[in-house]
Amino acid sequence: MTAKELCETFDYASERALSRDHEAIHVPADKLIACVTALRDEQGYDLLLDVTAIDWGMGTSPRFTGVYHLFHTKSIAYLRVSADATGDAENPVLPSLTDLYPAANWHERETYDMLGIHYEGHPDLRRILMWDGYNYYPLRKEFPLAGHETEMPEPDVVAATEGAINPTAAPMMGGPFVSPQTGNMSTREPRARDESWHETKPKGN
Amino acid sequence: MKTDYSFGDTQTRAALYEDGELAGETMTLNMGPSHPATHGVLRLELELDGDYVTKCDPVVGYLHRGDEKIAENMTYNQFVPYTDRLDYLAPLANNVTFVLAVEKLAGLDMPPRAECIRVLCCELARLSSHLLGMGVYGMDAGAWTAFMYCFTVREQIYTLIEELCGARFTTSYTRIGGMTRDLPDGWLEKVRRFTDEAAKTIDDLDKLMTRNKVFLDRTKDVAVISREDALAYGFTGANARASGIDLDLRRDKPYCGYENYDFEVPLGSVGDCYDRYLVRLEEMRQTLGIIRQCCDRMPDGAWFAEDAKKIYKPTKDKVLTSMEELIQNFMLVTEGPQMPKGEVYFEAENPKGWLGFFIHSKGGGVPYRLKIRGPSFCNLSILPKIVPGWMMSDIPIILGSLDFVLGECDR
Repeated sequence: MTAKELCETFDYASERALSRDHEAIHVPADKLIACVTALRDEQGYDLLLDVTAIDWGMGTSPRFTGVYHLFHTKSIAYLRVSADATGDAENPVLPSLTDLYPAANWHERETYDMLGIHYEGHPDLRRILMWDGYNYYPLRKEFPLAGHETEMPEPDVVAATEGAINPTAAPMMGGPFVSPQTGNMSTREPRARDESWHETKPKGN
Repeated sequence: MKTDYSFGDTQTRAALYEDGELAGETMTLNMGPSHPATHGVLRLELELDGDYVTKCDPVVGYLHRGDEKIAENMTYNQFVPYTDRLDYLAPLANNVTFVLAVEKLAGLDMPPRAECIRVLCCELARLSSHLLGMGVYGMDAGAWTAFMYCFTVREQIYTLIEELCGARFTTSYTRIGGMTRDLPDGWLEKVRRFTDEAAKTIDDLDKLMTRNKVFLDRTKDVAVISREDALAYGFTGANARASGIDLDLRRDKPYCGYENYDFEVPLGSVGDCYDRYLVRLEEMRQTLGIIRQCCDRMPDGAWFAEDAKKIYKPTKDKVLTSMEELIQNFMLVTEGPQMPKGEVYFEAENPKGWLGFFIHSKGGGVPYRLKIRGPSFCNLSILPKIVPGWMMSDIPIILGSLDFVLGECDR
């Protein structure tokens, strides 16, 4: 069905004008579950391909928009559904589609991991690509490309092993193909943008 | 760290072992990221009752390199080498998928020669990936000879690709608006001769594995994925077709000129590991057919879009002699190919499944958001459901049949 027909069927949906290829609709977050259920059961969009989100930057409102890609296997058609996340800029919330599509499970975990969007109703929302104790959400726009320094080894590991674990230099350290390991991240990483505004201390001290 | 899902039939079998006469406690075993049978850096946290798995929790992310964050800082052409490293067993296919997505955003059409070269690259990548997948699958099941035969053919593919673009592996052969360079002279005849040899090897693989009693015992009726489960978990590609979902983007939603080629799409019925192997075996034969058709009908002409002045770099001799091309070259290198505002989502039938690129562009040469939908990421999410109930020695069989690669899963 085209976006226009879908917007007539679901009166809370609006067309997403940014889409250059597929039909795309935009729904409010509280109607998302109802809309996707109807799309799956009545309209026949039986394959959930992708769940992702876009961060519009600090200071925007709404800051995050969840984007879902559904597929109609009988008529070979894609549909893009987007919904703005509720909540504030630091703790956005979207409803979870895991009950409807088990495929959403890992995708929502990844979006939570990368952007910090909390999916309500998700059975097991924990980080999937980064490790569990990681404190940041890397794909947010304020996260620098060169990354933040994290304590390695973790303080609790050092305490538990009584300092027996020392971070050893990896092979090739100091060689011509490896960036220097001391100094601030902005000098160590050649492609890093100017991150000096947030660096706390140079590594190696 | 236990995940508690409610499972279907395979888990009720495992529950029998939990509620029945348990000889003792269950054992937690870590099949660590560094393991020869996990096809990359996949970590499985298993709970075993003797030999049988009662819970399986995959931990991914050991190969996460931040591709999506990097893409927000790179121009579209600068990102092409990163796509090589997604499904690193079929890098040409990733390259083609990415540039097709960007060209969809730009609204560019490719000349027929460029399309034919791209189809040829994709199919070579598919053959290479399936050969590795099935060779390593045989090796996991114990059939070392199959592995050796497949890798001999893969070496020939690598030699061909090296002559084509200079690198065996990290090809980066496509650019937005065309290819890097034209095909070398005499390359198509070499590809044609290669297809004859590859056909013999696929027949050998068939003879070695398809009716092999040991292989049949290990894979038949193991880890059946029903059609409903496959749809629910977002399966695409050969895994989905083995479960009975008759979808192939090359045939159903053709891109890049695929509608001009004559090929069939194998479909499985049972959805067990043996079906996934059979589907890939037949796909290899169909791929050889497409490669031969590409070699036969390679059209002459340009290998890039000649009217895409702000997108494809002009040739070097013009850049060094003419002012306008010099400026174009400068702008393209510094600011990147200028794309219109909007968003696109393009998927292609990659060897592992449907690789999708979601690009949201605010104009300019750098994407605002690039999401890579890796098929292996989606395929792996079914592991907590299908592994419990089987023995630990079935795990390499199940993993090998899903034929995933962690590069695309973790990005």
